[in-house]
Amino acid sequence: MTLEEKKQQIIDDFGQFEEWLDKYEYLIELGKNLEPFPDDKKTEDKLIKGCQSRVWLDCEERDGRLWFTADSDAIITKGIISLLIDVYSGCTPEEIAEDDFGFIAEIGLKDNLSPTRANGLVSMIETLKSYAR
Amino acid sequence: MTVKEARAQFPILDTTVYGKPLIYLDNAATSQRPESVVACWNGLVRGCNANIHRAVHKLAADATDEYENTRNAVKEFLNAELREEIIFTSGATASINLVAFSFGEAFVHEGDEIIVSEAEHHSNIVPWQMLCERKGAHLKVLETEENGALLPEKLEKLFSEKTRIVAISHISNVLGLVNPVKELVAISHKHGVPVLVDGAQGVVHENVDVQDLDCDFYAFSGHKLYAATGTGVLYGKKKWLDIMPPYMGGGEMIHTVSFAGTTYAPLPAKFEAGTQNLNGVPTLVPAIDFVKCVRESKEIAAEQNAITEYLLGVFAKDSRLKLYGVPRRTEEKIPLFSFTVEGAHHEDLALLLDKMGIAVRSGQMCAEPLMDRFKTTGMVRVSFAPYNTLEEAKTFVKCLYKAIDMLI
Repeated sequence: MTLEEKKQQIIDDFGQFEEWLDKYEYLIELGKNLEPFPDDKKTEDKLIKGCQSRVWLDCEERDGRLWFTADSDAIITKGIISLLIDVYSGCTPEEIAEDDFGFIAEIGLKDNLSPTRANGLVSMIETLKSYAR
Repeated sequence: MTVKEARAQFPILDTTVYGKPLIYLDNAATSQRPESVVACWNGLVRGCNANIHRAVHKLAADATDEYENTRNAVKEFLNAELREEIIFTSGATASINLVAFSFGEAFVHEGDEIIVSEAEHHSNIVPWQMLCERKGAHLKVLETEENGALLPEKLEKLFSEKTRIVAISHISNVLGLVNPVKELVAISHKHGVPVLVDGAQGVVHENVDVQDLDCDFYAFSGHKLYAATGTGVLYGKKKWLDIMPPYMGGGEMIHTVSFAGTTYAPLPAKFEAGTQNLNGVPTLVPAIDFVKCVRESKEIAAEQNAITEYLLGVFAKDSRLKLYGVPRRTEEKIPLFSFTVEGAHHEDLALLLDKMGIAVRSGQMCAEPLMDRFKTTGMVRVSFAPYNTLEEAKTFVKCLYKAIDMLI
């Protein structure tokens, strides 16, 4: 799938939910299913600042593409970061650098985008982008 | 006043969020404002806006009266001896910084010691740390008991000849326990050491009589007490304020200014440099009136007690829930509950409760040392005001369990 297709898939998935709690139920599910992140990788340099919960994000480059792994001690945040890494893993640094992350607003998580929101989605996106630089 | 009548003064409580009726349980962060406070603000901005203490024109005289009458109201509310012992600031944080700077300039030197408790808000820790850095002084920490209580006998052991001031909260913003301030002050005074009380939460829930407490300084914010944001009070004993140097320099705090030297105005102007929050400060008057009505109401007191007892029961019953600040006697507890849930993160709980219409606080609550002491990265806090009902507390518990079921 291309980046655009992956985003559309998520927009469609979230389109099914009318209730906020159902969206969160889905994020919790995603969070619970996120691939385990080894404890020894939970180091200070992989910790994202500005989150009420702790979020660790790691990135590897293979064949010119970026592959992300992540974890959080809060499950909804873990769900959100799971969405982000599903979408952006396998992209080229240029694709990520040029992306506007607008699909987050489309799935109704825009409120979480404000820089002051405690769960720090902005910090997560900034970190993703910094890996692309 | 009934609970229903109290509620009727806060139209914001009829708000819906995400299609659900709002249940506002973040009152310890900031309370809502009653109509009387909003009307006072509007009245001043629309009809009585002029800079105070300066011009001779009518509007300025009226604005000055509004402002200075507020000083009388606050003096009476705290039972201070003198009106010039009431200094207006922008909030409790500003009040504490004023003392930390000004008292510190005059009386704290290299090698001296300052005592704070482990249960303080960052606002009652960091200004003292900054003072310590400036002066080469040291911070000594009064540790809390397992339930969060402060024991006077533990304070006793911390004094030395170098102790210059003690800074403690009346009620911790995390634990909601009423500290034995009067005893703590008496012990400090026995050692000849003055005490600053952070009353940000205390003034909201307790009758404060500064002469009875005998504290040297008492700091609080208006916005937690139903008044406008950006208002605050520092009560200080005249004997201290008189000999403390000014904190900020500027307009109105001076007696004469020349390049050869400036002399300062007497109290309280000495500590009120620059244009004051002249539209905001007078809202303390209707806010205090509201508090007085609340404190006269047996029905509201009964509802608040019912909330406290109900929630203490809920937290005692379920071993997955851990409440911080469990009182030995119910009277020590204000309706403020910080807790963690085994296996569920505080942020997740707060996000889910939000989507159910319930506004709670989560995280470190500006008390990182206390989080470390209880070995947690954060907590969820619910804090009730006189306009909250037992029914809302029950809805909160129902929603909390729904959130827990979703997460675990």
